[in-house]
Amino acid sequence: MIRTLPNSRPYTIGFKIYIVCFFVFLFAPLLITCILAFNDSQFPSLPWKGFTLQWFTGNLPDRVGIFHDEINLHSIWTSVQVAFFVTLLATTVGTCGAFLFEQENFRFKQLLYFLMLAPLVIPGVILGISILLFSNSLGTFFEQHLHLELDFLGPGLPLVVLGQFSFITTLVTLVVSARLKKFDHTLEEAALNLGANRFEVIRYITLRFLKPAIIGSAAVAFLMSFENFNTTLFLVGSDPTLPINLYLQVRDGSTPVINAISFLLILGTSTAAVANLYFSRKRKD
Amino acid sequence: MKTSLRWSLFFFLTPVLLWLFLLIVLPHIDLLIMSFRMDTDDGKTIWTLSNYLNFFHEPIYWLTFVRTAVYSIIVTLLTLVITFPLAFYITKVVGLRFQGFFMTIILMPFWVSELVRVYGWMILLRESGVINHFLLKFGLLRHPVEMLYHDSTMIMGLVYTSMLFMVVPLISVLESLDDGLIEAAYDLGANMWHILFKIIIPHAVPGIVSGCIVVFMLTLGNYLTPNLMGGKNSLWFTEQIYNEFIASFNWNQGAAFGFLLLVLSSLVIWAGLKMSGQKLSQVVQ
Repeated sequence: MIRTLPNSRPYTIGFKIYIVCFFVFLFAPLLITCILAFNDSQFPSLPWKGFTLQWFTGNLPDRVGIFHDEINLHSIWTSVQVAFFVTLLATTVGTCGAFLFEQENFRFKQLLYFLMLAPLVIPGVILGISILLFSNSLGTFFEQHLHLELDFLGPGLPLVVLGQFSFITTLVTLVVSARLKKFDHTLEEAALNLGANRFEVIRYITLRFLKPAIIGSAAVAFLMSFENFNTTLFLVGSDPTLPINLYLQVRDGSTPVINAISFLLILGTSTAAVANLYFSRKRKD
Repeated sequence: MKTSLRWSLFFFLTPVLLWLFLLIVLPHIDLLIMSFRMDTDDGKTIWTLSNYLNFFHEPIYWLTFVRTAVYSIIVTLLTLVITFPLAFYITKVVGLRFQGFFMTIILMPFWVSELVRVYGWMILLRESGVINHFLLKFGLLRHPVEMLYHDSTMIMGLVYTSMLFMVVPLISVLESLDDGLIEAAYDLGANMWHILFKIIIPHAVPGIVSGCIVVFMLTLGNYLTPNLMGGKNSLWFTEQIYNEFIASFNWNQGAAFGFLLLVLSSLVIWAGLKMSGQKLSQVVQ
């Protein structure tokens, strides 16, 4: 039954087969995507026609590799910019949120806490449409009553940043709060006794203590923003982010360039995951 | 001291209030208002129930809604059944040395964007895909079969996408189960099924509930997987919302649909919490 008890042979073998099947199911789509990025063929399918790097470096009329593919490169750059601003905003506001819910007391705190959790249980599509509607209403209001035309209220990258920020911040708040719970408050009291004011305490003591959690949640925020699709779909204007751009290409028929991009994404994220694991182990030792 | 504390409250409260009111509360109020408004032919905007009445009068709308809900329940149950043995294996059966390794490689595919994962399945399953290639080569098929664009494929894709959100809470709840309980039951002569239904599953209920809630919500709000893997006839409700917003440009109708989806999702979350007696803040952590 479990590792400390004697197990029957069929039980052990059956379980092993199940686990192997599960991992085949888990990795098959990713592996095949990576392999076909190197196939010397116009289509992302078998038969295998030989190894090539052209879908990365090629610059031929019928075969433009990712490093020369202006449209895809541009969408990657767009996603990086969006993710940068989302990370910056979400980490700042999320850290404020953690301080607010862990260290301050005020009326309606429970209500506000509940509201802070809400974005996690609202489907991303709904967040997208409600923010689109609201910014549109605001835009109409400013135009009619104040005769101001505010471009950033229309679909476009500023709106995408706000939409992603609206739910990623909850995540940052939760992660930083969890670390703040473990904080030893006598350290703060000692600093206050020694003449530091509240902001000096936060800056030199509490924030130092929170640094690993803030960096970790910033990394997750960046990745979530970089890969977000549901919320972005409704808010994006004429400048698509990478997931939107890939979606449009996959929907309308694809070339192995998408495999090449996917390969780079898989490589990047798994390196980040391994690095994350390595550093979190190191911190524990 | 007193005044500085007030200042810090103000300092932390302002960004959090701005975030929650401008991006969560007001947009959703706007969504609700918009769903009761309609543009008449002579250019006026009136209050009306017609957006909701349309939903009940047109079978295609409410059928899609019911279908999406039923399929989301099926996906949630399937995900639970598939990942439970895996979580059990990792926490209780496999040698302690391999636990960290298994945890890492299970989480890794889920760092990769959903789009890449769906794309991998498309390459595997489509008519010119990899699986068909091998089936033809080994003479198991005479003509390639289209395996994509069926409801069953779509369900598989949705299960694949949501497994992580089930496996993580299951692993953490099973880790807290004392091995001694299982050993004691075994020594007292209980068989495998008794141990499973009398000890393991009752202990795992909190993890099962939080996993199910998250998976259900994410499946309900998914757009990418049903859109790319489902057939022309397997419309998902989020696609319906997208059509109203982007294709028909009928934002009032789309707002009503969005609100209905939000109500359904919140109702299921609420029911799940009531049934298991948990709080929202416990589930999301």
